[in-house]
Amino acid sequence: MSETVAIANYIGLSAVIFFIGVAGVLTRRNPLIILMAIELMWNAANLALVAFAKSWLNNAGHIFVFLVVTVAAAEAAIGLAIVVIVFRNARNVDVDEAASLRG
Amino acid sequence: MIAFWLLGIWLVLSAIFTVTARKPVYSVIGLLANFVALAMLYLTLNAEFLAVVQIVIYSGAILVLFLFVIALLSSGTAAFGIGPDKMPRAIGPALVLVVATLGLLVFGLSRAPMAISPGTSTSTTGPVGTAGVFGSVSDFGRALFTTHLLPFEVTAFILMVAVIGVILLAGDAAPQPTLGKHAPQRRRSDRAREPILK
Repeated sequence: MSETVAIANYIGLSAVIFFIGVAGVLTRRNPLIILMAIELMWNAANLALVAFAKSWLNNAGHIFVFLVVTVAAAEAAIGLAIVVIVFRNARNVDVDEAASLRG
Repeated sequence: MIAFWLLGIWLVLSAIFTVTARKPVYSVIGLLANFVALAMLYLTLNAEFLAVVQIVIYSGAILVLFLFVIALLSSGTAAFGIGPDKMPRAIGPALVLVVATLGLLVFGLSRAPMAISPGTSTSTTGPVGTAGVFGSVSDFGRALFTTHLLPFEVTAFILMVAVIGVILLAGDAAPQPTLGKHAPQRRRSDRAREPILK
């Protein structure tokens, strides 16, 4: 069933998801939704890697996706900790208002 | 073929819902639908182990982390105080970026015959999980622990750094306005009863 789907379809789908994530990061002001849009972008990159791995029957893409998932988990943990810290100190999670590191 | 398009539409719609949802909790629900669809797409691409990892790690661990933080931040009485989104101002540049880069990507894909040597497993059909079939858990594990052992160990280091960083950022060492300097000797059980946010 899936053998008839060209690899370019998967790559196009991955690009669409990636840019939905980019639009989310650019337009939203809630840091939690921004972090979720970043997760969308990680997943789009993973989909492209898995599609390329299938295209060349090479396992290395799967290994790379595994590493990306690990890094994404670490990034989510650190990012959410920073959001909690900012909220604890400023009582506000608007990313445009959090400018205390600007100097 | 039909599965691909159904899953693709599902993926795009849930991604749009995630990005445009009004509250973060709705975004988490949209992201959950997105991850489930993505796991099924991985299955259509012979990536069995990654489909399971997608469900367990993303839907199981990361989304629960998001939900915990949302619950923690909204347990206070005050609202977030977030202004209106920057939709009208930023949607133009975002659209230009999207169209330009998507066009570049399609252009590059249409005229770039990349040559990569295929891996060891050459068959794509066969019983699930057997060695030699592309994407099987057996092949994935063998590649992870032999050819790619060093990246696997670097993964452990990254996770350790993340754990230390989170403890440093959000742990007891951070200044906590509700705990102050007057009671540094209190037991953990007393502290646990206090609301973190007042």
